[in-house]
Amino acid sequence: MKKTLLASVCMAAALGLSGNALAAKTLVYCSEASPEGFNPSLYTSGTTFDASSRAMFDGLVAFERGTTQVVPGLAESWEISDDGKTYTFHLRKGVKFHTTRNFTPSRDFNADDVLYSFNRQWKKDHPDHKLSGGSYEYFNGMDMPKLLKNIYKTDDYTVVFELNQPEAPFIANMAMDFASILSAEYADTMRKAGTPEKIDLEPVGTGPFQLVNYQKDAVIRYKAHPDYWAGKAKIDRLIFSITPDAAVRYAKLKAGECHVMPYPNPADLKEMEKDPNIQLLSQEGLNVGYLAWNTTKKPLDNPKVRKALNMAINKDAIIDAIYLGAGVAAKNPIPPTMWSYNDEVKDDPYDPVLSKRMLAQEGYPDGFEIDLWAMPVQRPYNPNARRMAEMMQADLAKVGVKAKIVTYEWGEYLKRSKKGEHQSILLGWTGDNGDPDNFLYVLLSCAAADGSNRARWCYEPFDDLLIKAKRTTDIKERTRLYKQAQVIFKEQAPWFTIAHSKVFMPMSNRVVDYKIDPFGGHIFYGVDLK
Amino acid sequence: MLKFLLTRVSLVIPTFIGVTLLSFALIRLVPGDPIELLAGERGIDPARHAALRAELGLDRPLLEQYWIYIQKVLHGDLGVSIVTKTPVLQEFLTLFPATVELSLFAILLALLVGLPIGILAAVKRGSWFDYSTMGLSLVGYSMPIFWWALLLILFFSVQLGWTPVSGRISVLYWVEPVTGFMLIDSLLSDEAGAFRSALSHLILPSIALGTIPLAVIARMTRSSMLEVLSEDYIRTARAKGLAPWRVIVVHALRNALIPVITVVGLQVGVLFAGAILTETIFAWPGVGKWLIESVQRRDYPVLQGGVLLVASVVMAVNLIVDLLYGLVNPRIRR
Repeated sequence: MKKTLLASVCMAAALGLSGNALAAKTLVYCSEASPEGFNPSLYTSGTTFDASSRAMFDGLVAFERGTTQVVPGLAESWEISDDGKTYTFHLRKGVKFHTTRNFTPSRDFNADDVLYSFNRQWKKDHPDHKLSGGSYEYFNGMDMPKLLKNIYKTDDYTVVFELNQPEAPFIANMAMDFASILSAEYADTMRKAGTPEKIDLEPVGTGPFQLVNYQKDAVIRYKAHPDYWAGKAKIDRLIFSITPDAAVRYAKLKAGECHVMPYPNPADLKEMEKDPNIQLLSQEGLNVGYLAWNTTKKPLDNPKVRKALNMAINKDAIIDAIYLGAGVAAKNPIPPTMWSYNDEVKDDPYDPVLSKRMLAQEGYPDGFEIDLWAMPVQRPYNPNARRMAEMMQADLAKVGVKAKIVTYEWGEYLKRSKKGEHQSILLGWTGDNGDPDNFLYVLLSCAAADGSNRARWCYEPFDDLLIKAKRTTDIKERTRLYKQAQVIFKEQAPWFTIAHSKVFMPMSNRVVDYKIDPFGGHIFYGVDLK
Repeated sequence: MLKFLLTRVSLVIPTFIGVTLLSFALIRLVPGDPIELLAGERGIDPARHAALRAELGLDRPLLEQYWIYIQKVLHGDLGVSIVTKTPVLQEFLTLFPATVELSLFAILLALLVGLPIGILAAVKRGSWFDYSTMGLSLVGYSMPIFWWALLLILFFSVQLGWTPVSGRISVLYWVEPVTGFMLIDSLLSDEAGAFRSALSHLILPSIALGTIPLAVIARMTRSSMLEVLSEDYIRTARAKGLAPWRVIVVHALRNALIPVITVVGLQVGVLFAGAILTETIFAWPGVGKWLIESVQRRDYPVLQGGVLLVASVVMAVNLIVDLLYGLVNPRIRR
């Protein structure tokens, strides 16, 4: 204890902490990388969203902190027409934008800001569409150009979105980062001043924190937005101290140089748990790791063969060895924390003997040869794909199936697998909006069979259920449909479902009321320091 | 001297072409597609993929791409990062001073410690000091930087709490970048204690980065000193009754330094290579980390521009070293 105290005194001396700097409540977050930029609609990485949308912007709706539930944001309420094609949002009044060095808002947030934020991404002739490179990958990735028919305001505080077809997940999409609301007045001012690039570089939002300054690869500083509509943040300043190495982040946490760190090394978790000065929060992530069988290639086009292979792989051993206890076995394609998760589905048992017999019945008594693709990178849903592939290879060998492990550079891996060059492939998914559609439709629908559906599985009875669930906004009906879909998924076995990984967040004991975001974000509004 | 200068400078041109060609070709030879990487698991629709490739000019034949690139480079345009959409030169200029500051400190440390050790080891040849410092320098030379850096952090920052873990300055200070050199900027700023904080942040990364050059300089100085000390003119100097330190510093060291200067010049390249690891570990916002990320993200403009700029700096430093060498040893000039 004495040593720690001495260390912190020396530390403070070394850092030259002045009384002033300590007086304001400052939370330091050791983030993992620099953001790509500060306009969330232009980028796709979680690191960028942490630094932009999750700190400085609001959407029409939001996810309740720590959950996937959609709650009002800048829209106080909304109505959906009976045909599910028209969404009317009633906007909140009295919402203030940030006042910055080069901009003082003359009006509160209103419908024009909503129109600006969406039209900029949607309309190619919008004056700011091409600004900052002008590629809006999330807006496009969520199929918004196909979905949107018209957006207009009926008065300053009412905005109507008309869709081309009913799309139940639309409301959850509106809570996503790309749908953050920017200030139309600020954009106008900057354009007139001849510095339109500042719209994205020195952002103005309505969010709980506002940008003070940023130095690439070093630090991002925010201060609490004094007039935040939901109440000023409990911390006065928020600092992102950019620290790419996980071991160094941990050292900084121990030395008291930061309060919260993301993405710890799995090997450090045990020590963190024992440290009295550190609290280690954990939660199941909104993700799934899977092995997809290419259902368009023989013999994997036969569901019985796929089922037999699923029974040949020892899932528990993989979870122990690869996830080091930081994962739960997956039996469905969606994680257990998501609504409509069907817990009644039974996972395929690990039974090599039965598996071998089943393969013999299907005409493969001596097994066959397949390739097994393993990702070259660590992902949240799969910490070590290469090692995992080796374990699977050994298991499959026991039932006579010779698997050859194949790997490519990450971009190449994604590209080739999208074209269906593989026979079986390790991959996974992290949810965007908490809607089951965002897993099932993106990963297993016929529409995606030539792209993100790596099993290239197109099974009509299953697909019909997904489309029906898209078309109705009745959550009970959707739940029923998705539960049924999960049963079919298990029977047809397009994937060997591996695990849902847990997210760990180590932080100082001084941090109060931090909630792990199921979407993998890091959110500091509502967090306090004692 | 002018002829010597011109020959040296003219050698820079083929090197420059070689560097642009290599950096351009290598990143395109390795598989990978910046657009796929940005899209991740989500994937991107083929039409949009093609449109983005066309926008970035990646759909043109390689030779044409190279030609366009070279033309732009000659006009001082290094392009815009695919990921951050910021001009490459602008990013380089904000990050480069950090690398220079760190490298200067590392090489200064290596010289200040390495030279005396090398001289002493040579003078006391065969003593315990000679054996132990040369043994240690071998260890220092073979030590993996990332491991050594982490060890330094764990001991000095976490265990003893003497030095900060990482970064260039405590996050509680905001120093407006004027020169880009944190030590100078922190002096210029009116924040009390900022300079001290910046200095304390330099200690560990300089040690980590300076260790290998230090070992090389110490060993080089020792062997070159030994050679010189056995020369006839040294014996003559001693026989004249000069003070031993005068013989060593004035007569021996001056000649022994020639090969050491060359080695120091070559170490600049080594420093930049080492800076990549050191910067990543110490969260040091320099160009090393920036280049590594550009490889991972297949950010072609950043990688090409960055390599070219760094190579230019290394070439410039080596040119200066060559000139210095000519000054120290007039025989080279011919």
